Amino acid sequence: MATIEIDRLVKRYGQTAVVHGIDLAIQDGEFVVLVGPSGCGKSTTLRMIAGLEEISDGQIKIDGRVVNDLQPKDRNIAMVFQNYAIYPHMTVADNIAFGLYRSKLAKSEKRARVEQVAQTLGLSHLLERRPSALSGGQRQRVAIGRAMVRDPAAFLFDEPLSNLDAQLRTQMRIEIKRLHHRLGTTSVFVTHDQVEAMTMADRIVVMRDGRILQVGSPLELYEKPVDVFTARFIGSPTMNLIPASLKEGRADLSIGGSVKVPSLSPSTPDILVGIRPQDFTPAEAGSSGMSASGTVVVVETLGSETLVHIESGDQTIVGSAPGREVPKIGEQLTLHAPAERLYYFDRTTERTLAVQ
Amino acid sequence: MTSVASSRGSLPMSRIRPGRIVSWTLLFIGGIIMVTPLLFMLSTSLKDASQVYDLRVIPAAPTLDNYIEILGDGRFTRWLINSTIVAVIVTLSNVFFDSLVGYTLAKFRFRGRYIVFIAILSTLMIPTEMLVLPWYLMASRFGWLDSYWGIMFPGMMTAFGTFLMKQFFESVPDDFLEAARIDGLNEFTIWWKIAMPLVTPALSALAIFTFLGNWTAFFWPLIVTTSAELYTLPVGLSSFAVEQSIQWEKIMTGASIATLPTLVIFLFLQRYIVRGVMLAGLKG
Repeated sequence: MATIEIDRLVKRYGQTAVVHGIDLAIQDGEFVVLVGPSGCGKSTTLRMIAGLEEISDGQIKIDGRVVNDLQPKDRNIAMVFQNYAIYPHMTVADNIAFGLYRSKLAKSEKRARVEQVAQTLGLSHLLERRPSALSGGQRQRVAIGRAMVRDPAAFLFDEPLSNLDAQLRTQMRIEIKRLHHRLGTTSVFVTHDQVEAMTMADRIVVMRDGRILQVGSPLELYEKPVDVFTARFIGSPTMNLIPASLKEGRADLSIGGSVKVPSLSPSTPDILVGIRPQDFTPAEAGSSGMSASGTVVVVETLGSETLVHIESGDQTIVGSAPGREVPKIGEQLTLHAPAERLYYFDRTTERTLAVQ
Repeated sequence: MTSVASSRGSLPMSRIRPGRIVSWTLLFIGGIIMVTPLLFMLSTSLKDASQVYDLRVIPAAPTLDNYIEILGDGRFTRWLINSTIVAVIVTLSNVFFDSLVGYTLAKFRFRGRYIVFIAILSTLMIPTEMLVLPWYLMASRFGWLDSYWGIMFPGMMTAFGTFLMKQFFESVPDDFLEAARIDGLNEFTIWWKIAMPLVTPALSALAIFTFLGNWTAFFWPLIVTTSAELYTLPVGLSSFAVEQSIQWEKIMTGASIATLPTLVIFLFLQRYIVRGVMLAGLKG
């Protein structure tokens, strides 16, 4: 187990910088998820930690030791790749044992370690099979097994669940999380899927355009996003954002109506009012909070809840109704959100506005 | 099951399209043109000297005397061994060096990589006839004339093989190599233990083409060798014609024996050859 410290890390390809001096400290045993859209620099950062990409500037320390100039094999890390990277010409046992390639253990001991890992991952009965005879989930388990067998200081996961179908992805997510609880090894997990990030992370690092936007626990990010990007990226369905103009302690909404706002200091009177769909429920307009009325255009029945899309002015707003309440398309509906569940953003800078 | 099998096995006449009949006819004619010389070669090898000009395909009095005589002739066995040595060593060398260079060009980013690749590729445009003179001068300068090394050195690594292997290595996902790097393998071991097994079809195709090319090579071995003990099979057989006032039955017997490895390779490794031809965009 180990800490990972990233200090002013930069990656440039020629003149183009793709990671712009990021700082991050990962605690011993922590499960940190780097999340962001394609091209945000999350995989590049992970690959720099692994030693697969050269560092243009800055420093990476693993367990207190600067690893900038160390080969991947000398960093005592293990990595699980998106396409599993298990060798098709080797059996499952050989693939797992490959993680011990440099180990000076006796053959019998290596075999014992492989069997132990296989048992942990439920692969014991597949040890003599080739990867071509395995399902996607089993292949991913073999890849994790190869990483585990070495007992590394840290696990690095590069979108390891992207190639799996939805059901298997959920299952593997749980398995990886349970494994982390059992082993307690520091883990860095890269994904573009916010659900994966929310369900697996001790802390989430939101990245965009080679910069870290926010670091925090899943709930912190959900409750207190620092900007519009994080607010929309975290949470599903994404947060509703309604343009508004501040005027004498109230915000006039572009969809009509107004809402009483706390004391804010935006750069201009133009702001965005954010409401998570889960907080926007069919109700009569209350005295405080915000209401929006419109015509129901889409209904998504999920069982536990029903997502309702209403057209209000020129904007589509998503709200949530209890699972057994299914509004009809074309019906007029009013959604209401309590005042304490509203978010306010500066429309120019897109930063969250601090309530004074 | 039976009805399914039979319906797959034979197409009803009404479903055979005219285009297909034309292509089958053309293929049949092509087949006849290809097979006829081989049949005559085999047929002549089973005739004695007096029947050579009797053009019947099935000899009136077939005999194995030619085979007994040829195989009993020490020189022929020598040439057979020489051809085997040359073809095997050049094939192993090509498989090793072409794939090593192809892998380097495909998987490493270094300054001048593209220029090196273009330089290698451009040698494909130079016909062998133009290269023979510099090869000969080189062999002469280094004392390689009339030696195994003299026969083999021009083919120890080829631009075609390098190109073929580079294309194949490019299809190997980098993740495999990076995973091996993290597991602690050095670059040579990654190439040997991870990358090479992943391109087995290409290696097979390269090995087959190289072996067949060298087994049947005539021009360069003829130029570089002067001693009969160093002749390869095609050169030796041609000398047979000059020395022994064209004994066709002997030449055809030698040629039949020489064709055997080619036939065996084609029969057993057809799949790889077809795949190699398709992937390399060659006509064979």
